[in-house]
Amino acid sequence: MIKIPTLAALAAESKEAEILFWVGCAGSYDARAQKVSRALAQILTEVGMEFAILGNEEVCTGDPARRAGNELLFQMSALQNIQTLDAYGVKKIVTACPHCFNTLKNEYPALGGTYEVIHHTQLLQELISSGRLVLKGGGAFKGKKITYHDSCYIGRINGVYEAPREVLEALDADLVEMKRCKTKGLCCGAGGAQMWKEDEPGDKRINVERSDEALETGASIVAVNCPFCMTMMTDGIKARDKQDDVMVFDLAELIIQHNAQ
Amino acid sequence: MIQQIVFSLLTLAVFFVAGRQFWHIRNKIFLGKAEPIGGDTGKRWKHVLLVAFGQQKMFSNWIPAFFHLCIYVAFLFTQIELIEILLDGFAGVHRFFAPILGIFYTLIISTIEVLSLLAFVATLVFLVRRNLLQVPRLSKPEMKGWPALDANLILVAEILLITGIFSMNGADVLLQQLDPAHYPDTGRLLISSFTGPALFGALDTQTLVVVERFGWWLHILVVYGFLLYLPFSKHLHILLAFPNTYFASLEPRGAMENMPEVMQEVKVMMGLAPETSGSDTDELPDFGAHDVFALSRLNLLNAYTCTECGRCTAVCPANLTGKKLSPRKVMMDIRDRADEVARTIAASDGKLHPKNYDDGKSLFDYISKEEIHACTTCNACVEACPVLINPLDPILKLRRYEILTQSEGPAEWLPMFNSIENAGSAWAISDPRDQWTTAS
Repeated sequence: MIKIPTLAALAAESKEAEILFWVGCAGSYDARAQKVSRALAQILTEVGMEFAILGNEEVCTGDPARRAGNELLFQMSALQNIQTLDAYGVKKIVTACPHCFNTLKNEYPALGGTYEVIHHTQLLQELISSGRLVLKGGGAFKGKKITYHDSCYIGRINGVYEAPREVLEALDADLVEMKRCKTKGLCCGAGGAQMWKEDEPGDKRINVERSDEALETGASIVAVNCPFCMTMMTDGIKARDKQDDVMVFDLAELIIQHNAQ
Repeated sequence: MIQQIVFSLLTLAVFFVAGRQFWHIRNKIFLGKAEPIGGDTGKRWKHVLLVAFGQQKMFSNWIPAFFHLCIYVAFLFTQIELIEILLDGFAGVHRFFAPILGIFYTLIISTIEVLSLLAFVATLVFLVRRNLLQVPRLSKPEMKGWPALDANLILVAEILLITGIFSMNGADVLLQQLDPAHYPDTGRLLISSFTGPALFGALDTQTLVVVERFGWWLHILVVYGFLLYLPFSKHLHILLAFPNTYFASLEPRGAMENMPEVMQEVKVMMGLAPETSGSDTDELPDFGAHDVFALSRLNLLNAYTCTECGRCTAVCPANLTGKKLSPRKVMMDIRDRADEVARTIAASDGKLHPKNYDDGKSLFDYISKEEIHACTTCNACVEACPVLINPLDPILKLRRYEILTQSEGPAEWLPMFNSIENAGSAWAISDPRDQWTTAS
């Protein structure tokens, strides 16, 4: 168990946080994504960052509703969140979800909420390069083949390709790229509210197509930066019965594993 | 003299008819909603220079990019020769620029010849790619019929244009020696000084004159044919790519267009804004888009700019895995619907106009719900387009119409909507939101 203050608790003591950790619905409720939330919280705690969460005051950013076409619901969620964020005077936000990241960063300003928003892979890269996060040299991944899956909302949509790769390089991993990567990276199939529905009729599931590409690299670890990609890639690898050979991890988890050795 | 009159009348007629056709295209684009064009003008010109003029985005796939560049640069340079043809035609002179420009003339025409030869090869390569090689993106279902014919017609026209240039230059090289008074010296043309004698060396003067005139008229007639054909063809991109890149959105790619009308409504609901008087008596407006009138002019400009290359469809995860969605088809459908609407309006004797238009049809007669439901909003199509067309934007507008105006959509989305509305979470889970901090 990790003790993470909420902004409400800090405010009661007239304190502020350096950064708000926006957990998101997946990070809060999805069992697999919860582990990523804990990994990130552990890293932030270890580097001594004063961070806080909103706890029950956080509601869905509205991304899936907006992309499904439900603008009304998006506006309701967004305006509620902006009220909360502004009430606490939040300036800087970190999140492990690329969809939350994109909506907070690119869409809330038009509704009156402007914050400095960074994705956790960017924060981790910053912490490593500034020396604040020390990678103890266990060499857990030395020479291990890791492939990195660009999420659409961090990669193509927000142009962040290098920070996550720099983190993997700092782990001494042998980074192998998939055929389609960076600007040409293939979607895992979950974006645009697809996460909440079945694929339309076709001849293959998108996540299986992407997982096949990851498997082709021969990597034993697929590194992801998004809770939805995490689910889709895990399911795709399972569909090929490779779940015992190939594992899917978020970058934050890889750092914890590296330092635990 | 007769030639001069025929040429002048024909040219004026072609310009008049083509001008009208291009005006119709403009009107079809203006069926869409006017939207403010904000942002940094410098950035917009940079897009025009790099992306349209400089073909920057083509080079993510360098083989077609190289061949396309050959045709494109040849097209640009041939405009100089075209200006001369127009001057010659109107004034009844021959090679107006040759004596004036001297050595530069030789240089310019030789450059055009080299580029034309490259374009000739490139055109043959494209014909082979389209018709023999079964390149996946060029043989999708939406390419059957007219789109395939359209593409081939353009390529054949290019072959004819180049044939015209080499016929007229080749014969000219020989005629310059036979009749220097009428055929001013062009200097040694890089290609025709070889191909002229090789192809036409055996012909007598009279036949050479005919070959030269045949080449000249063939070239200008194909140019005119092209001009008249463009408004009906996917090939409009040679013109519209420029305004299209200029007007392309400068907003962050991840930002969906905000809907201020909905925001106002929600603010009133949440008590963040005062209720506007009379709002409850007003009829509820349509949200999103189900026809061209509710799309933006930029969406329609995008549709008319699309040259159906299919780079978007080739990278679409839904299309790649056999779903019906094809971003290219979405753009083609929008264009076809705008054409249909414009035809119906024109045939209605002034009875129909954009404000009262109703033919019982909509974009949904072209684009199925299944197609728009398959989109993952991954932006691969947006990234792939060499001329900054955004196929995602209209897809999302159609989704908004379906959800907000029709109250339809995939049933599986309802629990997600309900959960966000009632529990503030995309999944209905009753645990406290910070449960994850305590579990291990």
